Amino acid sequence: MPPGRVALAAGLVLVALAGQLTVLARLPLPGATPDLVLLVVVALALSHGPGFGLVTGFAAGLACDLVPPADHAVGRWAFVLTVAGYLAGLAQGETRRSAFVPLFVVAAAATTSVLLFAGLGALMNDTHITWRAVSEILPTAVLYDVALSAFVVPAVLRLADKVEPDPLARR
Amino acid sequence: MNRDTRRTRVLLALLLLTSISLITIDYRGGENSPLDGVRSLAAAVFGPVEQVASAIASPVGDAVDKVAGLGSGTDEAARLDRENKSLRRDLRTSELARNRAAELDGLLRLAGAGRYKVVPAQVIAIGPAQTFSWTVTIDAGTRDGVRPDMTVVNGDGLVGRVKTAGPTTATVLLAVDPESSVGVRLEGSMEVGFTTGQGATSDSDLDLRLLDGQSSVARGDRLVSFGSQGDRPYVPGVPIGEVVSVRGTPGSQTRTARVRPYVDFTSLDLVGVVVEAPRTDPRDAVLPPRPTSTPQPTVTVTVTPPPSGG
Repeated sequence: MPPGRVALAAGLVLVALAGQLTVLARLPLPGATPDLVLLVVVALALSHGPGFGLVTGFAAGLACDLVPPADHAVGRWAFVLTVAGYLAGLAQGETRRSAFVPLFVVAAAATTSVLLFAGLGALMNDTHITWRAVSEILPTAVLYDVALSAFVVPAVLRLADKVEPDPLARR
Repeated sequence: MNRDTRRTRVLLALLLLTSISLITIDYRGGENSPLDGVRSLAAAVFGPVEQVASAIASPVGDAVDKVAGLGSGTDEAARLDRENKSLRRDLRTSELARNRAAELDGLLRLAGAGRYKVVPAQVIAIGPAQTFSWTVTIDAGTRDGVRPDMTVVNGDGLVGRVKTAGPTTATVLLAVDPESSVGVRLEGSMEVGFTTGQGATSDSDLDLRLLDGQSSVARGDRLVSFGSQGDRPYVPGVPIGEVVSVRGTPGSQTRTARVRPYVDFTSLDLVGVVVEAPRTDPRDAVLPPRPTSTPQPTVTVTVTPPPSGG
């Protein structure tokens, strides 16, 4: 892995995590919080493929699990974002085909992440996971993530292009 | 690394297995999980980052959404626009300061009424809703005397309890979390029960379960915390909320009700950690005086139809 790419990914994930916890979670939005970390993972996976996507997802997820005020079993977000990063990476070549591809990928990733996180909780008898809570979070999460991805995904793709300008090196 | 190769899939399996093992270790460990060390390290490292991010974010975020949308035209208009923006920013900063002062006043009033010794703190980070738990980070930690299982209040009433404490930050489990179970007492009586969060994002009402099935509870009854053994995690006398509806009939096995908390959990800002409990139970002294309702004469207007014809 080129060091520039790793540095960019680490920087973006940290900024996204800080922004998500201090700014986005404060917004008086009903339901879910826009998941900036997920969007960064998806965008990097779209840019660099499933391998890089899953490693980035794992690292970002571990950060989400450990950074305060996280209060769930460590590894839950790591599992979820590893899967999301891998699946988004499979759509790597498709982004050039249509501008809607990233939106579909983000919608799918948001759905997967909410359901997987809730599912892992349900396996551990987590009292927080109720049908009511999931049904409130899921649609809003997809909506906010897709809306925010219209700005975040192109910005991350452009940044990734700037860090590694040679298209042959990446595709 | 670019394509979905065999190597990628092996890596995927490996990392998923690692995640599962971490979850298992942490889950089995429960209250003293071997991963708590890593957790507190992360709190020590990322806590200050959150403090800085929150300090940058709160005025900037405010300014962005309020000022966005102002147009610009000629040079003169642009100059006036800039001036306008800076004046607005100043105004908002003083508004912010006024809000803070009011919140601090409320906190001091509550602390004084209950004789709680509190350490004030600011909420700097909030757990995303999709983790399904209600936790926030505050900017006070063990260096300020904050320890796990301390009560957290604000000027309106009970906020929650300290779950974990790092050197400069602490994580607070809010009273609306389904995991929170707070022992409560009805104002002016010895009826006791428990409130728990419902875990829904759309309303933050608490579920109240009274221990005595015969208890008489009615809409409008006010609740204070009963106080835990050794005042951990909840000190006595903190206002919780008001009963908004009652379910079940008197005499049935359990008596449940919905309670609207005094604290607005969606806009938490300044809170106080009770570092020292009062020597005696303040009973109902912390509750604000009940608004005395003066009887209002009802004016009845009878409309008589005008005589028809004429």
